[in-house]
Amino acid sequence: MAVKTSLAPPGAPRMSSQPISSDLEVRIRKRFPNAEGSFLLNVHFRALAGFTILFGASGAGKTTLLDCIAGINDPDEGRIAVGGEVVYDAEKNVNTAAWKRNIGYVHQDLALFPHLTAEENVGYGLRKLSAAERNSRSHEMLGAFCIEHLRTRRPAQISGGERQRVALARALVTEPRVLLLDEPLAALDRPTKSALVGDLRKWNQNHRVPILFVTHNGEEVFALGDEVIALDAGKIVAQGLPHDVMRAPRLETVAHLAGFENIFDASVVALHESRGTMTCRLRSGTVELETPLVRAEVGSLLRIGIQAGDLLLATEDPHGLSARNILPGTIRRLVQRDVVISAIVACGGTDFEVHLTLAARDSLQLSAGKSVWLVVKTHSCHLMGV
Amino acid sequence: MNWEAFWLTVRLAAIVSMLLVAIGIPIAYWLTYSRWRWKFLVEAAVALPIVLPPTVLGFYLLVALGSRSPLGRWWQALTGHTLAFTFEGLVIGSLLYSLPFAVQPFAASFGAVDRKLLHASASLGQSPVQTFRRIVLPLSKAGLITGFALSFAHTLGEFGVVLMVGGNIPGVTRTLSIDIYDQVQTANYSSANQTALLMLIISFLVLSIVYGLNQRPWTVNPWQ
Repeated sequence: MAVKTSLAPPGAPRMSSQPISSDLEVRIRKRFPNAEGSFLLNVHFRALAGFTILFGASGAGKTTLLDCIAGINDPDEGRIAVGGEVVYDAEKNVNTAAWKRNIGYVHQDLALFPHLTAEENVGYGLRKLSAAERNSRSHEMLGAFCIEHLRTRRPAQISGGERQRVALARALVTEPRVLLLDEPLAALDRPTKSALVGDLRKWNQNHRVPILFVTHNGEEVFALGDEVIALDAGKIVAQGLPHDVMRAPRLETVAHLAGFENIFDASVVALHESRGTMTCRLRSGTVELETPLVRAEVGSLLRIGIQAGDLLLATEDPHGLSARNILPGTIRRLVQRDVVISAIVACGGTDFEVHLTLAARDSLQLSAGKSVWLVVKTHSCHLMGV
Repeated sequence: MNWEAFWLTVRLAAIVSMLLVAIGIPIAYWLTYSRWRWKFLVEAAVALPIVLPPTVLGFYLLVALGSRSPLGRWWQALTGHTLAFTFEGLVIGSLLYSLPFAVQPFAASFGAVDRKLLHASASLGQSPVQTFRRIVLPLSKAGLITGFALSFAHTLGEFGVVLMVGGNIPGVTRTLSIDIYDQVQTANYSSANQTALLMLIISFLVLSIVYGLNQRPWTVNPWQ
């Protein structure tokens, strides 16, 4: 499903007449409660037109931050400006009401109006327009998001993915200056997800507004991000391009979130400058791994992160592989998560988590107790400081 | 069967319950959304008629509506007669007496509307008043009808306040419940029986409407 070109045909009167180019500047502090007591949300960033991913574990303050920007929640102090216009400034006592901010907000729960049809939901924010204008705008938007056929249905009568589309269309049709999306794709399967992301991208090519996109899913970060802001316990711990923030994590919190299921403390035992690698011994056992060479000395401590999806399993001792690390081990247990099999493999006193497909499990006839060989590519080992 | 008393009672209940929709919605709105720290005092005051003996409420009303009170004097200057022992006085007494039966269902249904819907409406550029009209009121339909029906039924059956404020003037303040009392006093049991049965049926019908409305069609029926 892709955006039909009708969304912004060349010379279309309203939709593309003024590409609004606004940016969002946020500098706020707010004490907010969470499961472990209270946190201080303390952030300062600027988001330009395009996707900015707000990435962090639940409880990191992502939703509180969005609520403050939308005007649903008040910060304790700070300043929020959209396209140069100040909507909140604690010092100057400026606090524009949420409904006057023109900031689109799609909540995780979508919050579709249950008593209105899909079409009425989409047209809801267009009350000031004439009925004819409102109808044509909502039709256009329903078409652009491929939900025309749901026009007369209520939210309870349509599927989860369709509801997400209605919620997005409802927010976009009002042409907000900023779009806040709080895990809008969390409940979707992958193809639906990427179709929706495609639609969003197309829409934003014509509108050029900052889109703050909250997620705790590392995959979405790579798929969407122009810019990533990693949030932990109310603070920005990393900011930059997805690759910089996610692939070379300096911080363990980011590493965990980025999907490094395996994080080990290790010490350097040998440097191989000629090969550009070094040997590290995991502190939890006897395993030694050959990792990329970094500026380190023999004996220095570091941390190794390995994504479970980067590990391979073999049922026979593999030969002729380019991978430097081949570790004999035993499967302790297999757990199925959605369509992924998570295998815990014990190698020399250390447990590794390995992700496999269902097909791989069946063709290799894997089961708990089976002897296997774990294959770890040198460059799958990501090094972090301690 | 005293039809005069019957129609007077129905007229009173209809006027009072309609006025209570108009008065109760703003009060319930305030009770639902206000963050004032002393709000609970107002809530308690609104709920008072539920627990107060009708004679106590009636007594204070009589004092407040009488010719010595400012309200009574003002009304007297305006119309030439006092509020006590008139149909208008009865309406005022019944409004207070049935207020919680309208306000509480209203406030409960407003409060049950998911705040996220209100936030969504605000982020779509709708003011709090527009949001209330377009989201909260339509989603509170059952609560509004419940409040209307309960205050109607409650006014229909009031006795103590009517006796204190209105007395027992045929065609002016003699309602069905007072008529029944009169019939029994004069040992006219068959007439009292007819009127009582009529009240029973009407009250049962009104409550059936209320409970029928609030019965959720998607509730799983345990016997099926």
